[in-house]
Order: sequence, then C-alpha cells, then structure tokens
Amino acid sequence: MVHFVIVGLLVVASTLGLGLFLTNAPILPLQASEQAITVDWLFNIHWWLIAFFFSLITVFVLYSVFVFRRKRGERGDGKYVSHNDRLEIIWTAIPIGIVLILAVIGASTLADVERRDANALTVDVYASQWVWRFEYTAEVLTEAGETILTAVSTDTLVLPKDRQVVLRMRSADVIHSFWVPEFRVKQDVLPGGDEFVRELRITPNMEGLYKVRCAELCGQLHYAMLADVQVVTPAEFDAWLAENAGDCNLGDEQCGQRWATTYGCTACHSLTGESGVGPTWLGLFGHDVTLSDGSVVTADLEYLHTSIVDPNAQIVQGFQPGIMPQDFAVRLTEEQIQQIIAFIVSLQ
Amino acid sequence: MRFLSTGLVRGLIAQIIGTVVGMALTMAIRVLVGLPVSSTDAALQQHITEVHVVGGVIIGAIAFMVGVGVLDEWLGWARGKPINENIDPDPSKPNWMRYFGVDFDHKVIGVQYGVTSILLLGIGGLMAVLFRTELAQSGITFLNSDIFEIMLGYNSEHLFNTLMSLHGMVMIAGNLLGIGALMNYLVPMMIGANDMAFPRLNSFAFWINVPGALILVSSMFFGGFDTGWVGYPPLSVRAPLGMEMFLIGVYLVGLSSIAGAINVIVTVFTMRAKGMTMFRMPIFVWAALATSIIQFTATQMIGLSFQLVMLERLFGMGFFDATAGGDPILYQHLFWFYSHPAVYVFILPGLGIISELLPVFSRKPLFGYKAVAMSSLGIALIGFFVWAHHMFASGMSPFLRVPFMYATLLVAVPTGVKFFSWVATLWEGKLEFPTPMLFALGSVIIFLLGGVTGPPLGTIATDLHLHDTYFVVGHFHDTMFGGFVFPFFAALYYWFPKLTGRMYSEKLGKWHFWLMWGSFMVLSNGMLLVGLLGMRRRIVDYDPALGFDFTHLLITIAAFAIFLSVVLALYNFIRSARKGPEAKGNVWNSRSPEWHIPSPAPLHNFPEPFEVVGEPYDYGKIDSPYVIMPAASATGHAHAAATGKE
Repeated sequence: MVHFVIVGLLVVASTLGLGLFLTNAPILPLQASEQAITVDWLFNIHWWLIAFFFSLITVFVLYSVFVFRRKRGERGDGKYVSHNDRLEIIWTAIPIGIVLILAVIGASTLADVERRDANALTVDVYASQWVWRFEYTAEVLTEAGETILTAVSTDTLVLPKDRQVVLRMRSADVIHSFWVPEFRVKQDVLPGGDEFVRELRITPNMEGLYKVRCAELCGQLHYAMLADVQVVTPAEFDAWLAENAGDCNLGDEQCGQRWATTYGCTACHSLTGESGVGPTWLGLFGHDVTLSDGSVVTADLEYLHTSIVDPNAQIVQGFQPGIMPQDFAVRLTEEQIQQIIAFIVSLQ
Repeated sequence: MRFLSTGLVRGLIAQIIGTVVGMALTMAIRVLVGLPVSSTDAALQQHITEVHVVGGVIIGAIAFMVGVGVLDEWLGWARGKPINENIDPDPSKPNWMRYFGVDFDHKVIGVQYGVTSILLLGIGGLMAVLFRTELAQSGITFLNSDIFEIMLGYNSEHLFNTLMSLHGMVMIAGNLLGIGALMNYLVPMMIGANDMAFPRLNSFAFWINVPGALILVSSMFFGGFDTGWVGYPPLSVRAPLGMEMFLIGVYLVGLSSIAGAINVIVTVFTMRAKGMTMFRMPIFVWAALATSIIQFTATQMIGLSFQLVMLERLFGMGFFDATAGGDPILYQHLFWFYSHPAVYVFILPGLGIISELLPVFSRKPLFGYKAVAMSSLGIALIGFFVWAHHMFASGMSPFLRVPFMYATLLVAVPTGVKFFSWVATLWEGKLEFPTPMLFALGSVIIFLLGGVTGPPLGTIATDLHLHDTYFVVGHFHDTMFGGFVFPFFAALYYWFPKLTGRMYSEKLGKWHFWLMWGSFMVLSNGMLLVGLLGMRRRIVDYDPALGFDFTHLLITIAAFAIFLSVVLALYNFIRSARKGPEAKGNVWNSRSPEWHIPSPAPLHNFPEPFEVVGEPYDYGKIDSPYVIMPAASATGHAHAAATGKE
C-alpha cells in the first residue's frame, strides 16, 4: 500500500510539473486569429492529458525499475498475480469515457473553428506550382457614375483585422495546402475546377506580417512556395483595395512592374542580377542568351514574348523546363504582356 | 565459385536478362498493334520509354523468381512430375549456401528475412542521414554538391525529395521484412510446429521481396520521384520514371506480405501442439495472428491504388483527373485504407515482443493475458475504421470527419490496456536488466510518447494546425521506434543465443541501448517541437526566421548517433556469432517452448511433439509446468548432427 501512496504523489507532482511546462512554454507560434484561440484552448486540454498519462506510466515504470529490481543475492520469482478482472474493467472503461468526452470537445471546437460569418470577405485563392495568387472583388465607380465589379489580382494576401475572410481555393495542377502557422488552420487546395473548390475561414485578429506556407508536398520547389500575408486595419484595407482596383492607368513600365509582382513573376525572376529559380531580368533585354541545347539567341522582344506565353520553348542553360506556369497566355491580356515586356526592357 | 551457383546469383542474372527481354517484348507488342516505338517529340518519347521500361521490369521480376528456383517445384507439378515430399536441404552442400538460395526451413527463411531487413534499414538510414545533414542548418548547403549532380544528374531539391520519399518506403519495406523475420522464426517454434503450413509459399514470399527491394531502390537511378512515400496524384502522375520503379517495387513487397500472412494464419490455426488452446499460446503468437489478419485483408488496397496510378500514367485513364471525370481525393482513401492498418502491422509484433519479454525479466505472469491478446485484435479491428484521419485537411466530405475522429481516439483504449498490463506485470516483480529488457523498457517509454502525441492529431481542430508538420513526423517516428525498432533489437538480443548458440557482448549491447535511446529522445522531441512551431514536412530548406536552426542541428546530431549505435550493434552481433561464449541452454530461464530445445534449433524443431499442460506465464507459481517436452526433443535428435552449425 505504501508503494501506491508514494507513486500516487509522484504522479501528481510529475503531472503538475509537466502540465505547467507544456501549457506555459512557447511551443506554439503567435496567436493571430480567432480560430487560433479555440485551437490553442484545445491544445491546452491535450497538454494536460499528455502530462497525466505520460507521468502515470513513466512513474510506475521507473518506480518499478528502482524499487522492484532484483537485489544482490535475491533468489526466486516475483509475486504471482495473473489477472484482476475488476481492475481491468476499470482501466478499460475510464479511457473509453475520457475518449468520448474528448471526442465531444473535439467536435464542438471543430464547429467553433468553422463558424460562418455572414459578413465575411471572400477572396479567391489560386495555387499553382509554386506560386500563390489571390483575387479580390472590388467595387469601382466608373466615369459614367455606375458601380461595376472588378477583380484585383495580387501575390500578397492583404486582410482586414477582425473580419472573417472566406478563402475559396483552387489549384491549377497538383494538390497544395494553404497554411499560415499563426492562424493555426490549414486546408488542402485541390485541382479539378469548380467541383473541387474548398473553403477556409479565418478571422485574423492581430495586425502584422505573416507567411502562407504550402503544407502539401507539391514537387520540386514545394519548400519555397510562400506568399506574404498582411493583416491591416479595415480602413487601410479599403484604401489598398481601392488603389489596386480598376485598370492600370500609369505608364507601361509602372504597370508592367505591377503585373510582375501581382502575378508572382518576381518570386522566381530577380530584379537584382541574382539567379533565382529562373534567370534574372536585370540586363536581360538585348543580351545574348545560351539555351539548354547549346544554341545562342538574342533576347529581343519576340524572345521575351515567347518566353512568357510558352516558357518551355526556349530554356536558358542551367535552368529547368516545366517550372514556369504555362498558362500566362490565358491569364494575362495581351496588353498586360506588352507592359511586362516594357518593364523588363527598362531593367538595364 | 560455389557462391556463383547459389540461387541468389542465378536469380539476379535472370532478372537482368528478363528485363532486357521484357523491354524487347513490349516493343514488339507495340509494333504489332501499330503503336510508335520512338518519337521525336520529347514528351511522347519519355512516355514510350516508360512503357518499355515498365514492361521490362515486370518481366524481369518474374524472371528473378524463375531463376532463383522458387517456382521449380510448382512448375514441375504443373508439368505432371511427381511431387518431392522431402524438402530437407541437400546434405552435400555446405550449410552457408542454404541462406543464399531456396530453402524451405522456416528458421532459414526467418534469417533471410532478417538479414534483408537489416540491409534495407541500413540503406534507409543512410538516406535519412544524408538529408538530415542537409537540414542541419537553413539554406541549401549540402545536397547541392557537384558529386550528387554528377552521380545522379538531378538538382538538390529533387535529390532531397527523392531521398526523403525513398527513406520512407525503404524503411517501411525493412519493417515489413523484419516482422516477417520474427514471425517466421518464432511462430512455429512457439506453437510446437516443425515448420510453417506452406513451406514453398513461405520461400516464395521471401524471395519476391528481393526483386521488389532492388526495383524500389533502383528508382534512384531512374530519375527518382518527388512525391513522398504516399505518392498522391496528380503529383505522382507527373513524377519522373522513378515513380514507376517505386510503384512496382512496393507492389511486389506487398505481394510478399499477403502470402506470408496466409501462411502465419494457417499455421497458427492448424498446427498447434496438443493441449495448446488459443489462450495458452505465447502472447507473441497472438500479435503475429492479429498482424497477419491485417496484412491479409488490407494489403490489396495499396496494390490497387498503386495499380490505378500506374494505369493513369501508362494509359492516361484519368481516375484522379477531375477534367476526365476522376477525383483527386479517391487515391487518398484507397491508399490510407491500407496504409493506416499497415502502421499497426509494424507495431503489433513489436508490442507482442514487449509483452513476451517483460514477464521473463520480471519473473511474474503477464498481467491480464487474455485482455492483452484481445487488445491486439482490437487494435487490428479499430485500425480499419480510422484511415480518414490522415485526410482531415484534404478537403474530403466534411461530414466524414467527426465519425473518423471518434474512431481514431478509440484506438487509445486497447493500446492503454496493453500499457496498464505491462505496468502491472512489472509491479512487485524481481526485475533484471540485461540488454533485451532495457530495449523492452525503452520501447515502452518511446511508444508511450508516440501514443500520447496521437490525440492532438486525432482531434480535428488541433490537427488542422499539426497536419503535414514535423509534429506528425515526430509522432510516427516515436511509434515506429517504440513499436518496431526497439522491440526488434530487443528480439534480436533476446533470441540471439537461440539462433547462434552463442552469447552477445552485454557491455556493447548496453552501450548500444543508451546511445540509441538517448539520441532518439533528442531526435523525436526536437521533431515534435519544430513541428508545433511551424516546420512543414518534406521541405529541403526552412525559413531561418522561424528560429529553430539549433533544434534542427541537435536532431541531425542525434540521427548520426542513432546510425552509429546501429553499426555498433551489428559489430556486436557479427563478432559474437563467431567468437561469443557458448550459450546452449535456456539462457533466460524462460517457460516458452523454444527455449526447451537445444540452441541452435535442430532442423526439425521437435522430433517428438510436446504437450501443453499449463499456462504460458505462470512465473512465481510452484509446480505449474507449461509444456512437457519429450527427452528426444529436449536433447535434439539424430538429425541434429547432419545440420551442422547454423
């Protein structure tokens, strides 16, 4: 009996120590969304359960190891106890109870995490190997005084604080997964068109800069499939949306620069002369380029145009085919392509 | 020179010839039906090459089986030749040759499985060490060396993905073979059978692994593949040719799983000694039975899902392509329907080993024998209802998630029963700590860590954060090490005297244990921590801003230490098998029947069958024998001389 008292005290002490450590140590990222509050609350329940069960078994095992070891010169066997039905029923029934309670809690937290807000902002998310693109719908006042809807495309996810956002996600090629660790929730992004659009709801509650990290292995550059997330005040968000809505009415070069960032070109093509996943744009125009088959061509306007709409036609030596998305002819208007080319030409 | 005449060498030569012939045959068939055999279009040419290579590799695998000689008797029977009932080895050949060719003795097959398993685990471990070196710090610093580029011709990211994917599958194949080794070597001896129910099928089940493993590892040289061991389409449909090698290799290893499982089930149900009721079997036999039931009923699913990916790749059938009416999630359901039960295939035998060893070294009965036996079946049963917990974030039908959460958490109940029984077995015993006991206790703690990290992954809300992070990696490495690797080593040390008749070095064994256990604790806790903080799975480079470079460095050092400790263990085994002190008798003073016959075991285990008269784990009870072993069996018999040294 005295053994059980000692072990009981040790289990309690160990549970308290481990539980307090797990619930207070900085083992989770920043908590930056309403959903994260719920998830972390459930995490804390788990930490206490883990603390208790880990302590229970470990303390018993270690106590047995130190107290019930064969002493020097001891002979014979241990105590003969083959089973105890009552005890076994108890230690089967109690875990079943715990499991059922935990599952109920699990279901209710899931409902909490997926709660819908009628006032939510909708953002379309397009994932393709290895770029994120986000599309907003903005209301624009035309010169004629009508309100029309236009799409705003960007490579940075800008979100207003304290308003739920519905991300409607689709993939162009393979399965990706949208995850911002600070928001705690993730959702795979599936290819296959409208039928396979999946939604994720997030309510950011802390201003700051975060990163979307693709969480489902999607091929070679999976590790680098990141995108910036900016959580800003609602006023700032509205201003940003208004600024980016509508046609680009700047000069060709400035518009080209805008498309190059919003369509994710600069994720792979640097403007500084460094080679990234793709060749740099700095000083590209007018220079000779060695292709993968050894031939040399001059990077003229035609070459630039071909490289945008049919990237696999002429692969620069040292780079790989099949990396750059091949649907820019569909995604961009001819005007946008010309503006991007103008921007590249200006980079000397 | 005699080595060149062994079945293994003949099989390998036949495989090479068969592959070439198979490619030619595929080409000929394509010509006959009017399909092009070459093309100037690069993409089409790649596809044509793939079709030819796949045809060749499949024929090559069949050729290996013919060449190794495992089909000789069946083919002879099919031709109407009289069946040779005597399956004893040819006494004119030296004993070592039995291990390199077809042999029907379950103990030899067990050793063949075991050695192949250790080889595969070594290859998988080497891959792990390679990419862990890359992950020791942020930035791509190691895998971009020119040497890899020259050897394999792919860039660092693809190399990392290939190593990581192959590490997963090669280790899993190694696990399956290790389990085959334990089950084949132990089950017949434990239940009083002289061999397995189907010795020829048993040999077939082992040898099919060899071409399977070769093809699997060869995917490195066929362009690799970058899908992880799960191979989700559409990514796996776009992967290079190495993907096909992976699919075919795993397919063959799965075939072995099914054949081996049939054998174990029939053996356990029909070949037990007189008086051995189901509840008087050693507990490991229960574990083997539950494992085999899973293998026998689930393995077809992975074969099917891999077949679908192959058909999609070769013929563009569009099972997973939504534009062709397919479903990108379908594969995940099929795949996990096998692959979740599969993880119970890896752990159940290990837990059986722990249950087997604790009573012996505590000198106490296994507490609640029936509950422990039934919990194995319970885990096997529940294992079939939890597959979708791998897909909480996959975008499957939302209404499926909650029922799967209930089922998943339910696994904790039978697992808990095992833990409580182990603790009750240790309680008030007379514990001794030779190396096998250390490994068994070490497994208990590590498997416990794997167990308690399960519920956060089982409840959906927390899983949405943890899915596809290193927390998952840490969790399943805990369960794999605690449920397979450590018990496997415990078993190797424990039955080493049975196999060789010599004793291993206890000192080296303890070094091995403490080095491996301590390093593993660092490795797994490090993985759990970085996963919580946001480290994604399967990435070659991570963001230094996340601030866990140092933890990754520790994990890498620990990985190297684990690798080193395994090398130490192998040195210990090889040296002790040759020069260790003799250990012929019942080394551990166990009640189990296999310890009541000489070591190494004679060719036919029991010349006279024993009779079971009591309970298997009545340690501490006076005058309660388990088996009555006839004198002829207890001393070996006339044939023992003919077998020479094992």
